[in-house]
Amino acid sequence: MAPDHPLVRLETLALIAIGGFAGANLRFFALGLFSDVVAVLLVNVVGSFLLGFLVYEAEYLDVVGRKSRLLFTTGFLSSLTTYSTFAVHTAIEAGPGEPLLLAAVVAGNYGLGFAGVLASRSLARWVADDARLPSGGETA
Amino acid sequence: MIAPGGSLEGGLAAIVLLADWITFDPEPAHLVGAGGAIGALLRYGVYRGLSSERFPWPTLAVNVIGSFLFGLAIFAGAGESTIQFVGIGICGAFTTFSSFSVETVQLYERGDRTLAVANAAGNLVLSVAGIGLAWVLVAVGPF
Repeated sequence: MAPDHPLVRLETLALIAIGGFAGANLRFFALGLFSDVVAVLLVNVVGSFLLGFLVYEAEYLDVVGRKSRLLFTTGFLSSLTTYSTFAVHTAIEAGPGEPLLLAAVVAGNYGLGFAGVLASRSLARWVADDARLPSGGETA
Repeated sequence: MIAPGGSLEGGLAAIVLLADWITFDPEPAHLVGAGGAIGALLRYGVYRGLSSERFPWPTLAVNVIGSFLFGLAIFAGAGESTIQFVGIGICGAFTTFSSFSVETVQLYERGDRTLAVANAAGNLVLSVAGIGLAWVLVAVGPF
């Protein structure tokens, strides 16, 4: 079917909605297990790592198909991670009255989130190199 | 469901129970999940409308708008179910941290280091400002 076929577009929306349902629910589950600040930090770091892997995997290998990518990236991972609750923690719960907590929340989410992306980039490169070796290396 | 006193009464009782459950006591996971699906679809709509090669505007837009709306719900004194549906569900899924962090790293590694720093600071400052604006609106406005 053509990419702009109505059923393809409907399928796209359904995949995003299913991913969004699951991602938001897993985040909610984490909020029940840990304190709010720790739960948001955890989902943001894990989600950044996994999204980074899928994005760099697309660049180096491109094994994952379009539908899976849509379901996991735009649907699941982008809904699992959140900026609004992080901003609420920064502005309201930490705020100017709790400078140490404020610094920890911002540095934790930003620092570990970016570190997660860099780690997944290295992993994607390693996987890509590993996958190329058999065809390129052995015939030489 | 087997109810005493005949199938009609039992059926009615079941409908009343179901209506009660739907109207007054929704499962939190359903609220959060439905909100999450709505938020993800709305975010997808924003990305289709705003996508740019040079700067990740869509992520900035969803993060600032979503933080503002979450702030509005909190300051307006929304109940637990509303917070679960609108705050954790819709706003939580509409905004995203994973796209933000991946895009910031990509800006930095392609050499746009100033833009990467501006993106990191801009998302935070504008989202917190959005929450501040929500507070002002609730304090002085009709909400």
